[in-house]
Amino acid sequence: MRAALLALFTLISPVASAYEIEDRTLFAATGATADVTLKVLSTADTDVFAPILRSFQADNPSVAVDYITVSSAEIMVAVVEEQEAFDLVISSAMDLQIKLSNDGYAQPHRSSATQALPDWAAWREEVFGFTREPASIVLSRAAFDGLDLPRTRPDLIRILRENPDRFRGRIGTYDIRQSGLGYLFATQDSRNSETFWRLSETLGSLGTRLYCCSGAMIDDVEEGELAIAYNVLGSYATARLDGGDSSVIVLPQDYVTLMLRSALIPANAAHPDTAGALVDHLITDALGDDLPDRPFPALLPMGQDAATAPSPIRLGPGLLVFLDRLRRENFIRAWEASMLQ
Amino acid sequence: MNTATVPASGSIRRRLIVQLVAGAAVLAALLFFVVQDLSRRLAENAQDNVLIASATSISDAMRVEGQAITVDIPYSALSMLGSVSDDRVFYAVLIDGELLTGYENLEGPEGGGAATGRYAGDDVRVVAVERTLSVAGTLREARVIVAQTRSGQQAVRATIAQVAATLGVGFFVLSVVSGILAANAAVRPLRRLTGSIARRGPDDLRPVTAPAPQEMLPLVSALNGFMERLKASLSRSEDFIAEAAHRVRTPLATVRTQAEIALRRVERPENRAALREMIRAIDESSRSAGQLLDHAVVTFRSDTLEQTAIDLQTLAEETAERLAPLAEMRDIDLIVAEDSMPAPTRGDPILLTSALRNVLDNAIKYGPEAGRVTMRSYVEDQYAILSVEDEGKGFPDGEQALTGRFARGANVGGIVGSGLGLTIVEEVVSTHGGQLILRNHPEGGGACVLLCLPYLP
Repeated sequence: MRAALLALFTLISPVASAYEIEDRTLFAATGATADVTLKVLSTADTDVFAPILRSFQADNPSVAVDYITVSSAEIMVAVVEEQEAFDLVISSAMDLQIKLSNDGYAQPHRSSATQALPDWAAWREEVFGFTREPASIVLSRAAFDGLDLPRTRPDLIRILRENPDRFRGRIGTYDIRQSGLGYLFATQDSRNSETFWRLSETLGSLGTRLYCCSGAMIDDVEEGELAIAYNVLGSYATARLDGGDSSVIVLPQDYVTLMLRSALIPANAAHPDTAGALVDHLITDALGDDLPDRPFPALLPMGQDAATAPSPIRLGPGLLVFLDRLRRENFIRAWEASMLQ
Repeated sequence: MNTATVPASGSIRRRLIVQLVAGAAVLAALLFFVVQDLSRRLAENAQDNVLIASATSISDAMRVEGQAITVDIPYSALSMLGSVSDDRVFYAVLIDGELLTGYENLEGPEGGGAATGRYAGDDVRVVAVERTLSVAGTLREARVIVAQTRSGQQAVRATIAQVAATLGVGFFVLSVVSGILAANAAVRPLRRLTGSIARRGPDDLRPVTAPAPQEMLPLVSALNGFMERLKASLSRSEDFIAEAAHRVRTPLATVRTQAEIALRRVERPENRAALREMIRAIDESSRSAGQLLDHAVVTFRSDTLEQTAIDLQTLAEETAERLAPLAEMRDIDLIVAEDSMPAPTRGDPILLTSALRNVLDNAIKYGPEAGRVTMRSYVEDQYAILSVEDEGKGFPDGEQALTGRFARGANVGGIVGSGLGLTIVEEVVSTHGGQLILRNHPEGGGACVLLCLPYLP
């Protein structure tokens, strides 16, 4: 009896979620009736993603979208632990998306749009990349008054070591224990170059402040709180700093980490077909040339960049490695050792 | 001709085709399965190799830190699996059976190696690599298990299976075509032999001398032997008939003379009638014996035909002269038309005389008494022609069948005859490369026989 009551209770109130919701917005159907309400779980800020949803609703007026913003780590909690049903999961943490797909939490989607995607931008017909976003460094011009702007990470290390007092407590980066994207950027940095650990040591020695998200870091640079924000999403920075002259976005010349924002349809989705239509919309948008009000960079490099553009992080099982319990523990331990001195 | 129907016991050609096609089908199926099995093994092998490389690199990355074993899974260990296909990847590292890191409840083959199993609702290929580490003086058993789903492998296998099927079907079709061609080629000499024998004239009993395949030589030589015996038997019976006819004719002449003498002596009308009937019967017998003899002669002489220049006009005149007494007996006027012209040909004078005599014999016999039989020789269309016209009843319609041996027209009731006459004529004319034409006089009354022989001046 008690068990039955408990089950009933669980059914009628799907408990105001054990995962932490940052924002929840309902985009009502633009047509007369709402046939389907798509439940989208996403790491992208609502106001950033809204234009895409509106253009999707223009084509599908009977679809309402329940847009829930969470951190990438909370996605795992919601999908894997809570087993809550969503129709679409959009995340910048590629490794976690691959993990979801590999562990059987995604379902395949096949369409002419997904066929048009280049091989590196999709995995198992379950994870679909639809942006190409660099990890960049945002600098405050005022803080660098009289100094050359660093173009590479070794440049940055040298400048920090030479001017410890100017930058102490004014550097920000991701707290990789909180942010899935921060963890992805850090682990890819560690793969790409040994400089990462030297940089971490330097950042740690200068009392670097740790952030959950790119937005907050960029805001603090804008306000002059921070002189340097390291491994910030370039797309957010470009959007926020539009027109302003106080900050500058640097894409390091030694190497650039390129992240693919990706979407997947969970295995327990209630409306997989409509979700598929949204995926196709994202992909078509991403492959299109003409993107007047698209908030994200295109998937394919364009113009002069095309030939020399660095390749993005590959969607594939390699990304599972840093999600390995032991490897993650070891990595975070090493990161803490250098960052929290 | 009498064509006895032999029941067919199957067909060599069909049997050959069926056997070749059945063999080809078995081989094609075998090819399909062998290629498929091979591809399965190759694909499995390729996947195993990558899995083992992956597990080995994880195993190599294990290290002892303080009192514990730890491992940083190398990036390449899992990314190499992604380079082959988009398959799901699972791994586990166990120390003494306890999960150190990785997926729970992943089981691999004991003692290492590769196996096929199930994990997370999918078919997987799983490998295990084992290693012993020494930690603070004690030995620990480490076990690395790496598994990958098999949809990529299955896709490769499906492609190969399709290729194998295409290959098998193509092989089969080619084999069927070549099988049919081979069967036809095998049967062709038989057909050629059949054709060459079927095309022969009724009296052609020469041995077959055209080259035949080795397997058919016994059949051909048996056939030749059979024809040799048939020929000997035929010529023996012809000899016998000729001999018999000859022996009958002489005594008949004696009997006829005696009967005529007796006729002159007896006076009672019924006796005279009986004797006349007897003489008539003797005449008929004698004539039949003569024709049998003629036939034997024709058959004999046809084999080695003499080629003498002959003028049909001369032949007609000579024969008319010789048969004049016979014609007079029935009051028939046997003449050579005045508009006859020389009609030269070549051949055996004895045979041609015999043929003409038989034609005239018929004309005299079937023509009305006190009538006229006209011979006319002329040249037309590269033929030297001798026509014989009488004033009798003519032939019934469609009478080429009359030239058959012992065949007689339907309208000759009352007149005795053997039916051999026209057979002899036909044989003689065709032996000479000519043609016998029987027709009725256009204005009615009388038959017209044309002996058409090659015009050879």
